[in-house]
Amino acid sequence: MLADKDRIFTNIYGFEDKSVAGAKARGHWDGTKRILELGPEAICEVVKKSGLRGRGGAGFATGLKWTFMPKEVKDRPHYLVVNADESEPGTCKDREIMRSDPHHLIEGCLIASFAMRAHTCYIYIRGEFVREREALQAAIDECYAARLIGKNNVHGWDFDLYVHHGAGAYICGEETALLESFEGKKGMPRMKPPFPANMGIYGCPTTVNNVESIAVVPTIMRRGAEWFAAIGRANNTGTKLFQISGHVNTPCVVEEALGIPMRELIEKYAGGVRGGWDNLQAVIPGGASCPMIPKSVCDDVIMDFDALKAVNSSLGTAAVIVMDKSADLVRVVSRYAYFYKHESCGQCTPCREGTGWMWRVMKRLETGDARVEEIDQLWEVGKQCEGHTICGLGDAAPWPIQGLIRHFRPELERRIAERHKMAAE
Amino acid sequence: MSLRRLAPPEMQPASFEFSLENMARVEKEIAKYPPGRQASAVISLLWIGQEQQGWVTHPMIEAVGRRLDMPFIRVLEVATFYTMFNLHPVGKYHLQVCTTPPCMLRGSDDVVKMCEKHIGRSQMTPTADGMLSWTEVECLGACTNAPVIQVGKDFYEDLDAASTEKLIEAFRADKPLKPGPQTGSRVGCEPEGGKTTLTDPALYAKKPEPA
Repeated sequence: MLADKDRIFTNIYGFEDKSVAGAKARGHWDGTKRILELGPEAICEVVKKSGLRGRGGAGFATGLKWTFMPKEVKDRPHYLVVNADESEPGTCKDREIMRSDPHHLIEGCLIASFAMRAHTCYIYIRGEFVREREALQAAIDECYAARLIGKNNVHGWDFDLYVHHGAGAYICGEETALLESFEGKKGMPRMKPPFPANMGIYGCPTTVNNVESIAVVPTIMRRGAEWFAAIGRANNTGTKLFQISGHVNTPCVVEEALGIPMRELIEKYAGGVRGGWDNLQAVIPGGASCPMIPKSVCDDVIMDFDALKAVNSSLGTAAVIVMDKSADLVRVVSRYAYFYKHESCGQCTPCREGTGWMWRVMKRLETGDARVEEIDQLWEVGKQCEGHTICGLGDAAPWPIQGLIRHFRPELERRIAERHKMAAE
Repeated sequence: MSLRRLAPPEMQPASFEFSLENMARVEKEIAKYPPGRQASAVISLLWIGQEQQGWVTHPMIEAVGRRLDMPFIRVLEVATFYTMFNLHPVGKYHLQVCTTPPCMLRGSDDVVKMCEKHIGRSQMTPTADGMLSWTEVECLGACTNAPVIQVGKDFYEDLDAASTEKLIEAFRADKPLKPGPQTGSRVGCEPEGGKTTLTDPALYAKKPEPA
């Protein structure tokens, strides 16, 4: 178990003082100037060495991503854009950072912007998070007043931080859709290349990072890459905010080491599965787009990027959605199919048509009103959707369905057989 | 995708103008972006407009377009793409009920039933007194506090049938309840029964320095 002293988010529940003074007492803004004096290359190097992988779902190495930015600023300014468009079902960690512990994020924005030679950073926060936006803005205003950020601040790197908000579109969590939306357009993903590090907002070099990825940086810089890298295992280092929801006794957000066994995570922090571990049916380990895994896999799987990938799922945002034996898995997946249908931007045909088609078939499978061949057809159509779209939404939409078919096909067939039997009688 | 159209012409008001107070907010939003990039403020402006008027109207879209030097069609695209813009009038209290699986698993069906029973079967339709309306929405991002309803700026969390009923009646009486978890047994995303981590007093030993 991770010791309290190794937890980064010490005010994640918002019980402590949220002001600058309170944050400083918990160690924020301590020696930030010294960190900046290391220089951009050294900061990127520390982040690289810490093994930090992006916390927004894809798990790309954060330090490496930063080095994709041009080494010197020429005619185009550099930008950092923080992705706070948290809308993956099950995910609710960035919300807690922004409303309860925002100084991690603000200080992280300064350090990361400096490391990428950006003087301006925008935080793109989802439209629904109005109170979170207000809390974050209040903290930013306080930092401006204390001259921690802004022009001529005490850290010697002119830095402006703005909050930008969306208006309810899951797709804007995709980095290029976010950039489009930021520029005042519909959130439709862009083709890559050019990559954002070359052409991001306003055609300028831009890096998009998740809130949690940026928020852990100040602590890594203070405590050292070795400290962070010593938590978890190689390639899966550090602490992570886990969000445990669904059929558990005490759903909660908690920070733990990557690589904690799933069972331990659920039993120690979330009060266990409703009705006991044996009442577990399946778990979605990382948010909507991660295929579900059955109890037999959950028994001994550990929660990190590589371990979950090895069982045909993924860590995603570490949003653990627990389903006990009373859960109607087919309905859950059918609801996800509706979610993807609703959130597809409509740009690419396989996704626009495919998500709707998959949802309609899933809807019928809920009651068994289908033929057995349609299960295979569903699998095939999903494969056609996957990899044939501009962005990852088209890839992710079939994954929950594939997870269901992979592990619970007998249940689908049982429903079909039952329905046919009833019709025959 | 969802099909979204503006309200029919006969429903549209004749004009729209930002209030003086909101005009100041509009200018503040535009100032966030580099010169010539004012289009970035389009979502914020429509949002301020919706806060003022309750819903997004045809004249509002025109007004936003004029202020940001954007063609009407570009602003219309944005207004119809983003689902938080209400293109029709809604009740004074518009209940947005999350029904995605984390909420569904914790009983959002009961929440929906209560909305149907006490507000009306049809979504996005205000009650006769104009106080209430409701709709199903996709994930609101408060999954450890499911089921959740968003009303205006606030989230009402940890709901069940009874607390939803209470919530609706309070809105009908124009006396909103306190937002956050409605069970009364927690304040945020900590586990019910108190936090199990961050209990080491050493973390909070240092007291804030007086300003």
